[in-house]
Amino acid sequence: MKFEDDIVNTVTRIILPFITLFGLYLIIHVHLSPGGGFSGGTVVGAGFVLFSLSFGISIQEKKLSHRTSALLESYGGLWYVLLGFVALFYGYNFLTNDPVFGLGQSGSLFSSGLVILVNIGLGVKVASTIITLFDSLGGEEL
Amino acid sequence: MIELFNFILLIILIIVVIVVAQIRDLLSAVILFTVFNLILSLLWQQMRAPDVAITEAALGAGVTAVLLVATISKTRRQER
Repeated sequence: MKFEDDIVNTVTRIILPFITLFGLYLIIHVHLSPGGGFSGGTVVGAGFVLFSLSFGISIQEKKLSHRTSALLESYGGLWYVLLGFVALFYGYNFLTNDPVFGLGQSGSLFSSGLVILVNIGLGVKVASTIITLFDSLGGEEL
Repeated sequence: MIELFNFILLIILIIVVIVVAQIRDLLSAVILFTVFNLILSLLWQQMRAPDVAITEAALGAGVTAVLLVATISKTRRQER
């Protein structure tokens, strides 16, 4: 599906950086403000869906191919599990946060140790899941 | 004042849900479902759940509508 429309293309060109930046803000500020990996990943994925709707799915395939997004989806889940196993090597339980990863100053950006790392992987997984869903359902002939 | 606003939003929400269940044209049903998700997102924000509101606005009103319109364009538009 591709709109040969100047209004849709121009509005997408203007608004797409802000959508992606807002999604990344939601992912990074998971422990400080509302939002998180799931919400931010959904916003980033919706931005990519808007991009491929307005510019055509072949240009989106050049930016982020179907195989790359499928791989990112799998490695996002694997990243979560591997971060859980880090605490096991230090002798703590699975997904232990406090003594293994430093907590830092409360209220600053890089302060929550495991939470922000897990949510970055979760955001990548959710965003690439939405892109893969749209690619699998849509494809070229939509 | 804000209670009246929430009450009007709830009434519109119930009307939209009944119309979505009753309407025969599937494309109109998808558009009304998007309206339902948008109103529900405003109501989540009024109920002090901004996290759920962000997810509802992005997933319910954005991605679900695109996926359902893609499904309709692959099948037929009228309900039998």
